[in-house]
Amino acid sequence: MRYLPLLWAGLFRKKTRTILTLLSIVVAFLLFGLLQAVEVAFESGADAADAKRLLTTARYSIIEPLPMSYQRRIEQVPGVIGVAYADWFGAKYQNESNAFPVFAVDPTRYLDMYPEFTISREQRLAFARTRTGAVAGKRLADRFGWHVGQKLPISSEIHPKTDGSLNWEFDLVGIIDAEDPAVRGNTDMVLINVAYFDEARQSGKGKTGWYIVRVTDSTQARGISVSIDTLFANSPDETKTQPEKEFAIGFAKQIGDIGALVTRILIAVFFTILILTGNTMAQSIRERIPELAILKTLGFSDGKVTALVLAEAMLMLVLGGGIGMGTAVAAMPALNGSTGGRFPPLFVGAETWLLAAALAAIVALIIGLPPALRANRLKIVDALSGH
Amino acid sequence: MTVLVEIRGVTKVYHRGRERVEVLHGVDLDIPRGDFVALMGPSGSGKTTLLNLIGGLDTPTGGSIVVLGRRIDRLSGGELAAWRAAHVGFVFQFYNLLPALSAQRNVELPLLLTDLSAAERHRRAQIALTLVGLADRARHRPRELSGGQEQRVAIARAIVSDPTLLVCDEPTGDLDRATADEVLRLIQMLNREHGKTVVMVTHDPKAAEYARRRVHLDKGTMTAEPVSW
Repeated sequence: MRYLPLLWAGLFRKKTRTILTLLSIVVAFLLFGLLQAVEVAFESGADAADAKRLLTTARYSIIEPLPMSYQRRIEQVPGVIGVAYADWFGAKYQNESNAFPVFAVDPTRYLDMYPEFTISREQRLAFARTRTGAVAGKRLADRFGWHVGQKLPISSEIHPKTDGSLNWEFDLVGIIDAEDPAVRGNTDMVLINVAYFDEARQSGKGKTGWYIVRVTDSTQARGISVSIDTLFANSPDETKTQPEKEFAIGFAKQIGDIGALVTRILIAVFFTILILTGNTMAQSIRERIPELAILKTLGFSDGKVTALVLAEAMLMLVLGGGIGMGTAVAAMPALNGSTGGRFPPLFVGAETWLLAAALAAIVALIIGLPPALRANRLKIVDALSGH
Repeated sequence: MTVLVEIRGVTKVYHRGRERVEVLHGVDLDIPRGDFVALMGPSGSGKTTLLNLIGGLDTPTGGSIVVLGRRIDRLSGGELAAWRAAHVGFVFQFYNLLPALSAQRNVELPLLLTDLSAAERHRRAQIALTLVGLADRARHRPRELSGGQEQRVAIARAIVSDPTLLVCDEPTGDLDRATADEVLRLIQMLNREHGKTVVMVTHDPKAAEYARRRVHLDKGTMTAEPVSW
């Protein structure tokens, strides 16, 4: 701390240049914070995945339905301790732009499969007992101002009722939430009781979208997946079973390899920052050769002067990086609001902060080391005489 | 009078490309504690080189330099830096203050290397600035000060850690006569009233008059025996 005024004065010796350089670092870390949040959001499905959960879908397309009767047969596969199914409802609320996932599920089986979702015992029982029951994710309920006990009128894009109408009505009996932010991102949905849905829909009765399978031992997941798929091989409805995480990653990659895209953008941004700030640092130190020589004259050792130059580079990165990341955090509520809840919630987690700190340290080291070494090798007599 | 600086057979050779330039040829010099020596000589005589060696800014090619009973020519770079911080104050022709720091912060610089608290560093810098008559300019930056004031801040920085030896390289070379006299009187006061041993390089005979004695160098050799003090 005792050297902070000295570092600060050195850094802001040329205010305009330093502020412009700082701005570029701020923008780089702002981008880093935002893009990392997007990547984390995209991977949240995979992160929230349970290694002991498998997903069984139709072999050739996840939109092909599977018979509900598969449930009993999958349960009999050795190593399987629980099975639930879910079907895609394709919902809209009030208008076209309010689209969100609605899954038709067996309430008890489905909620047993996802212990990371929190719901009160009473609401869980109510969901199981109410044939027209539905539970909504807290984020969604907050967004639309829903409350338990109200009617939930939603229309389906793909499932007409027996009377041909696409308008459905459910009773909202519970709210689901999650403590883990990554899981909470996946609660942006509504679950409806399949009992009513299957009875009231015009077509597709007895069919469902996919199965969620819980196994006793995650190391056996691969073998159990093969056993399940073998069970239905050469049938009209062949299956493809895979660990939930693999499924989530594959699903996210249908949009694009967000991770690779983010990495490439950030490499370009930080490469530019390296050149820009590296040049600024080198120029700044070059201009201050006599000043560094004076520090050495006063008794600052070579090591201390080297450390001061490195610390100055670090201070610049900490300042710029901190402001950039702070701005990214501050922008999150507005960004989340602007997505209208159609995207998993964006947030800057501890991991992103740690990554930013590591990145700042690496950039500081790369840009600070050449001038620091120059300062280290500086000979007082030569520097003071202008050689 | 005890000898503070004892120089024996000191040589200094520089290499400029393939050229070998011997700047000092076996210089012998004793500087007693409390002395005020003016090192004089024409340009290129080696006076600044000798001053740099006495102040531990450079090391001799041959010979020995003992200051305060310690062979400083044998110290490593790190040891020499610590030695300078503890025992030597420097005053240069062009002041060499850090332009981004206030006068107060400039004076505090040598104290950053001590274990003193921030409050104590501040207090000592205030005392040094008061001693040079610039307590009211503590918050000013170097560019807001006149040349004479800048040099007085530099002197305050040189004495703030209470060194035994003051090394001054043309301290009035950039000042007008009146301001130069002020600065020289200040250095003389530090020598006479505070017991600082001063070694000052100058080519100005009037400045040299403030010293207790003058030593002449020509082409790297002492040209006359120092007058005894």
